[in-house]
Amino acid sequence: MSQHKQRGNWVIVMSFVVALMLMALPMPDWAGIWRPAWVALALIYWCMALPARIGIMVAFILGILLDVLSGTLLGQNALALSVVAFITLQFYQRVRVLPLWQQGVTVFGLAFIHQVLILWINGIQGMPVSFSAYWASPLISMVLWPWIFVVLRDLRRKYQVA
Amino acid sequence: MRLIAVSVVSIALMTADHKGRHLESLRGVLATIVYPLQYSVDLPIQVGTWLAETVTSRSELLGENYRLRRENLRIHSRLEKYAELEAENRRLRSLLDSSIKVGDRVLIAELLSVDMDPFARRIVLNKGTRHGVYSGQSLIDSNGVMGQVVQAGPFSSNALLITDPSHALPVQVHRSGYRAVAVGTGPQNLLELLHIPNNADLRVGDLLVTSGLGRRFPSGYPVGHIISVERDRGRPFASVKVEPTARLERNREVLLVWPAEGGEASDGVNPGGMIP
Repeated sequence: MSQHKQRGNWVIVMSFVVALMLMALPMPDWAGIWRPAWVALALIYWCMALPARIGIMVAFILGILLDVLSGTLLGQNALALSVVAFITLQFYQRVRVLPLWQQGVTVFGLAFIHQVLILWINGIQGMPVSFSAYWASPLISMVLWPWIFVVLRDLRRKYQVA
Repeated sequence: MRLIAVSVVSIALMTADHKGRHLESLRGVLATIVYPLQYSVDLPIQVGTWLAETVTSRSELLGENYRLRRENLRIHSRLEKYAELEAENRRLRSLLDSSIKVGDRVLIAELLSVDMDPFARRIVLNKGTRHGVYSGQSLIDSNGVMGQVVQAGPFSSNALLITDPSHALPVQVHRSGYRAVAVGTGPQNLLELLHIPNNADLRVGDLLVTSGLGRRFPSGYPVGHIISVERDRGRPFASVKVEPTARLERNREVLLVWPAEGGEASDGVNPGGMIP
């Protein structure tokens, strides 16, 4: 049983590593606010697929790594990602049977909560926030969700991560 | 519940990180862990640059060589003049019995170009404490001041650009010697001068240089040109916008400066560098 549970850990780790790299990829200035929340998307997928293995603790560790990578306040992304993981874990049974575009809408909601948390913490630190920042990144996340979902699902099936 | 525990830990971490520098060592360790990530993201760009350099045609190289040689000549002539002025300055200063701050030591660092938060202006450099980088060190390019190091890890360091909204920089108008504080505006990529009375002697086009009064930046490096001065009688202060001379968003190489003796920043206090 325990041996069965551990299968395919490296696929999950690699997907998170790729997500972190995509977050760190340099982008032109105007495109900055349009960057989808890659790490949050990968996290949502794995939370829905393997809720027993991927949960709040993984989200927290990922968030801390992301904070260090992006030079934000230590704990900022950790908090936001933990909340996203928590909400996903509450609803995963309902969401994962929905058609892809409806999942996308749910993901928009989750990404929006994630973004709002991060921008609030930025606001508390006194950084200026523009209005478009609230919806730009979640919107892109929503549009990209079906593709991310299919790619990660095929990866999961191919390597039989369970 | 696990979420509550994790939230409390995150908020505690954020508070500790925001209020003081209690987490520098932790961040340093974690930075070493994510360094391979940053490096691998940067790798394709480096390979691209290398390829572009390798396959440049001969005529282009010749042209560039010619251009550089001319520029070198021009700079040399200017340098000679400068050396003379420096000697004169040293003489005059010794007459005035004040300290001399010339001959700062510099090191070229490359950007790992990680700039994720669109509202902050932060960069990551590929030099760290192993190379002698320290927190608070100033960062320049060939055209002017770029920013300062805020966290130095073993192999990489985080730097704040002067356009970051949490960054303030003591400056001086080159023409009149008028002193001011320039703070960043974030997404606009401009600086703003704070608390300028309406009758201050500032004009569009004036060059601002660092005044060195914050004890963090060496004095006399160019910062920017004034691009607009709005005097509104209804308001107590004029609104002055400054465009930085440094090519903040376009550089891949930056210079880290070690001030010559007498210019070091004292670490414990919070000098003109950061607004807490």
